[in-house]
Amino acid sequence: MRNMWTICRKELGSYFVSWIAYILLTLFAAAFGFFFWTLLTVFVVEGMEMQMRGQAFPMNLNEQIIRPLLMNVSVIGLFMIPLITMRLFAEEKRNGTIELLATSPVLDLEIILGKWLAALILYSSLLLLTGLNLAFLFKFGHPDWKPLAVAYLGLLLQAGALLAIGTFISTLTRNQIIAGAATFVVCLLLYVFGWVEGFESSTWAHVLAYTSVATHFDSFVRGVIDLKDAVFYLTVIILGLFFTSRSMESLRWRS
Amino acid sequence: MISVKELTKRYARTVAVDQISFEIAKGQIVGFLGPNGAGKTTTMRMLTCFLPPSAGTARVAGFDVLEQPLEVKKRIGYLPENPPIYPEMETAEYLKFVGKLKGLSGSDLQKRVDYACDRCAIADVKKKLLGRLSKGYRQRVGLAQAIIHNPDVLILDEPTAGLDPKQINETRDLIKDLAPDHTIILSTHILPEVEQTCEQVIIINKGKLVATDSVRNLQARARGAESVLLEIAGRDGVLEAPIVQHKLEQVAGVSRVLCKQQVDSRVLIEVESEKGRLVRGDLARAVVQAGWDLNELRPAAMSLEEIFLQLTGSESVEAGKPATKELPR
Repeated sequence: MRNMWTICRKELGSYFVSWIAYILLTLFAAAFGFFFWTLLTVFVVEGMEMQMRGQAFPMNLNEQIIRPLLMNVSVIGLFMIPLITMRLFAEEKRNGTIELLATSPVLDLEIILGKWLAALILYSSLLLLTGLNLAFLFKFGHPDWKPLAVAYLGLLLQAGALLAIGTFISTLTRNQIIAGAATFVVCLLLYVFGWVEGFESSTWAHVLAYTSVATHFDSFVRGVIDLKDAVFYLTVIILGLFFTSRSMESLRWRS
Repeated sequence: MISVKELTKRYARTVAVDQISFEIAKGQIVGFLGPNGAGKTTTMRMLTCFLPPSAGTARVAGFDVLEQPLEVKKRIGYLPENPPIYPEMETAEYLKFVGKLKGLSGSDLQKRVDYACDRCAIADVKKKLLGRLSKGYRQRVGLAQAIIHNPDVLILDEPTAGLDPKQINETRDLIKDLAPDHTIILSTHILPEVEQTCEQVIIINKGKLVATDSVRNLQARARGAESVLLEIAGRDGVLEAPIVQHKLEQVAGVSRVLCKQQVDSRVLIEVESEKGRLVRGDLARAVVQAGWDLNELRPAAMSLEEIFLQLTGSESVEAGKPATKELPR
């Protein structure tokens, strides 16, 4: 356990010393800010139009801003996650520092968990930024905080799953660009697999759609904790980390 | 301290290490010698639990590398060929991180970091980024990293590669300094290094063990018959090498006379005598009686380099043979 924290702290140190973290934070803040601004503007304009027409449709911050906004966050996440995970193992392999880790009295699992946790913490710090914008909604409106919290839990679970996959892919190569690009494509496909259900209703389509991380996100973003969706994400996390440990093991037999 | 039995590492198509066996006692400095690609690094990686052996066993301090890797890793300090450093970390920060990984904590950790910095003469770069350090400093940081947890065994893969001569000497001294407290294995393809630092040599070639012995024994073994180098000069500026050669061949006990070099009226000659016969006195007398000057007479100890080439294959002997000492002009 102690070793896991040692590794995790070292990874976080690397993220923040080598500017990766700041660049990601900036890019994320810019993208998120744009989505927030457009959604908020549409909401305000709609509200004013309704007042002028004298109609009184219920306006809802949760439904009209927060939900589409957090959907967008999960999409921005697709771009951020490969950038976070690509260096985790590829860089160690390129630097030769993997030899240091592998010859230290540390379990592979501790190394993997430490790195994955560091990636998750960095992702969480991106999510923390969104709080700044949402604080204004709470200041001037009365959104319900409970579905919001559930949606954030969903975002974390989804990111955890994709980060685990990215961690695994990073063990396969010494080249960060390859690791990043491969992770991006895999994450993207996992995101859009759900689309096949739109035109195909045979079993394979349902299976494919089930593997999509986006379909399992719907319930969370609506504010519902669905056990089967949570289990799906946890399964992907465990599988991803398990494959990572297998890959590390095979690294030793091959190299 | 280290016991290796029929250790083998096979890859898909090649056998990198082929049934190597050796024992290393506590407190020894052992040179692990072989040409590039001989399997030195692979063997070291197996000893450090980085690679699992395909067959055979290796035990460090009584623990098997396959069965109790964590116990082995606790007792080993390892410096790979390229020091495993994170360029974005500061020296002291890096050593602290490694110390923690090796199980140190608290004031103990701080003490060991200071000790390692002191020992490896890197205290002046404690606050510098590793990526900005020169090759020599990085190598020393690598060494500091290896000794941080005071391991019983130090495994150093080419610790002096890429250093300048001054740094090489410093590193060698440092390794010798470390010797009393640690059992050290260092790999190299540079022979003087072994002659200067090690007591024991293990020579491998193409994955096979060629010889394992003390440096002194190896030299004696390879020499067999005694050989002597003579530098002879003619008095009047004329000296015919064949005549000298002929003259010396007649000295009793001489088995072979070889003219190595001739410059003007000086010749450098190597004389091999039959085993167990001392011919130096007779040789000197013969030279003086013939009316020549005897400038130099010394035993030609075989360098490890020659032994090495002799043991690791003959094809490279001619090309790689070191030039015998040149005559001063």
